[in-house]
Amino acid sequence: MTTETLSDCPMSMRRLFSALSGGRLAGVSSRNFLKFAMLAVLGLPVLAHATDLESVNAATQAAQSAGDNAWMLTSAALVLMMTGPGLALFYGGLVRKKNVLATMMQSFIMMAVITVLWGLVGYSLAFGEGNSFIGDLRYLFLSGVGSAPNADYAGTIPQQTFMIYQLMFAIITPALITGAFAERMKFSAMLLFMVLWSLFIYFPMAHMVWGKGGLLNAFLGGKVPCFDFAGGTVVHITSGVSALVCALYLGKRVGHPSIDMKPHSMVLSFIGACLLWVGWFGFNAGSALGSSALATSAFVATHFAAATATLGWVLAEWIKHGKPSILGGISGAVAGLVAITPAAGFVKPMPAMLIGLLAGVFCFFMVTAVKQKFGYDDSLDAFGVHGAGGTLGAILTGVFATNLVNNGLKDASGNPAPLGWVDGHFGQVFNQLLGVAIAWVLAIVGSLALLKICDMVLGLRVSEEEEVEGLDISLHGEEGYIME
Amino acid sequence: MIKVEAIVRPSQLEAVKTALIDVGVDGMTISDVRGHGRQKGHTEVYRGREYTVDLLPKNKIELVLRDDQVEEAVNAILKAAATGKIGDGKIFLSKVDDAIRIRNQERGVAAL
Repeated sequence: MTTETLSDCPMSMRRLFSALSGGRLAGVSSRNFLKFAMLAVLGLPVLAHATDLESVNAATQAAQSAGDNAWMLTSAALVLMMTGPGLALFYGGLVRKKNVLATMMQSFIMMAVITVLWGLVGYSLAFGEGNSFIGDLRYLFLSGVGSAPNADYAGTIPQQTFMIYQLMFAIITPALITGAFAERMKFSAMLLFMVLWSLFIYFPMAHMVWGKGGLLNAFLGGKVPCFDFAGGTVVHITSGVSALVCALYLGKRVGHPSIDMKPHSMVLSFIGACLLWVGWFGFNAGSALGSSALATSAFVATHFAAATATLGWVLAEWIKHGKPSILGGISGAVAGLVAITPAAGFVKPMPAMLIGLLAGVFCFFMVTAVKQKFGYDDSLDAFGVHGAGGTLGAILTGVFATNLVNNGLKDASGNPAPLGWVDGHFGQVFNQLLGVAIAWVLAIVGSLALLKICDMVLGLRVSEEEEVEGLDISLHGEEGYIME
Repeated sequence: MIKVEAIVRPSQLEAVKTALIDVGVDGMTISDVRGHGRQKGHTEVYRGREYTVDLLPKNKIELVLRDDQVEEAVNAILKAAATGKIGDGKIFLSKVDDAIRIRNQERGVAAL
């Protein structure tokens, strides 16, 4: 970056700079150079001393770290807000009144359980440099994770910031699955399943895609370079496909589909979905891991995709069922946000709009026609939105990823490498398909095995009486609404 | 004494209440009820799943009046509750044997 920037400068400036700095060009950032050149032009050559340059350099780096850290801490908080209250309200409104608290609790408890697991071992298994499939134990109990940056992942922010940011992803991913078995799973079995699921599916998948040396990590030496900016495979495919396995394994809710199971509060779901949309800026733009132009680009792509996906779903529903519904609008927004997640830091705004539009229509088709045809009871459509939208987004990332947006990948001669099909690299679509396939297989095989274990140890479903009474009272001893 | 029970649309409740007060009715009981007559409910669609809602929300107004008040009150309800479409509701009239004011045990018309 340094040399590139300098080569753009007029020769006279370069000579001046070279002379002033005693020829110490290496390691000087472009910002330093400009600052320095300005000082020189202003007639302050007194600063033209190596030690002063180092102090300017240090001050500039400190300023960049402060900016990046501010955005990353904000992003971490935004992603936590997606689980509670965002997802908890979105899912809570979609269930029947008697299960609203149990459903919110399934999301909320992840904020506690996965946090503990992440601190003890999760962060290390995901981001320790292990083998192609899983990290090692170098960060066990967060040892060595402090204020010094980890240059492999994010060189300008404390590793603790990176760690807490990634934790928020580990929290929301299992929470997404809960939509599939809503209104019928035992709380104890759910806790055990989610701990095992994080250990055997999420941490390995996060390592494969984002960890140093991971099989699919395009930027840190993966053998199958797969682009997943913010978690299309890691978060949405693993959770969505596991959700389908859960729905099939647990079976339908009592009375499904003959009795009414209308969402009990569209208002709660609406608030939740809007919080998800806002939180997603932390999720996707935060995945730039700094307050950079790339973060802006991901922010823009995210927003545009959500907009067109909303319109896609609403229009499809309007044509098919005669009325444009609120639930259609918010479901479409979430579908678009899911689909743009892997692509956010790789695509321009117009392809982002296309990805969103396709996702809105595709997910509408999945949760209406496909779900009804096969008859599985994915209560809140975790598969139809996250599994389907995540898969579509991951594949389309291979089509639309361009080095005009993300020049992080270099070819042998140090120039930005072509990324997706639009850059002339058609093979990336197959890399993406391979990444998708690995995520699907891991989710299906892993979830099936873990459900079997939980079923044998604790039993997965509540009794029929408990289910009919409602999980709020039967599992938690509380009611959602007491109005006197 | 006559008991008037009127089932009306929730959208007309305020108008009916005002109309009754205007003709001198000074006590009423109102409750939220669900039901259907000839109006056959509606269909709701959530993510492609259709639900038929056949019990619709209505309001029930209960009044107990002196015989000479009834005609005026009924006319007030008819005027305020009607929209002309199916689902406007019904009015039922029935004789009341006695009434007792709990505070001082007054009986009959004096208790109204």
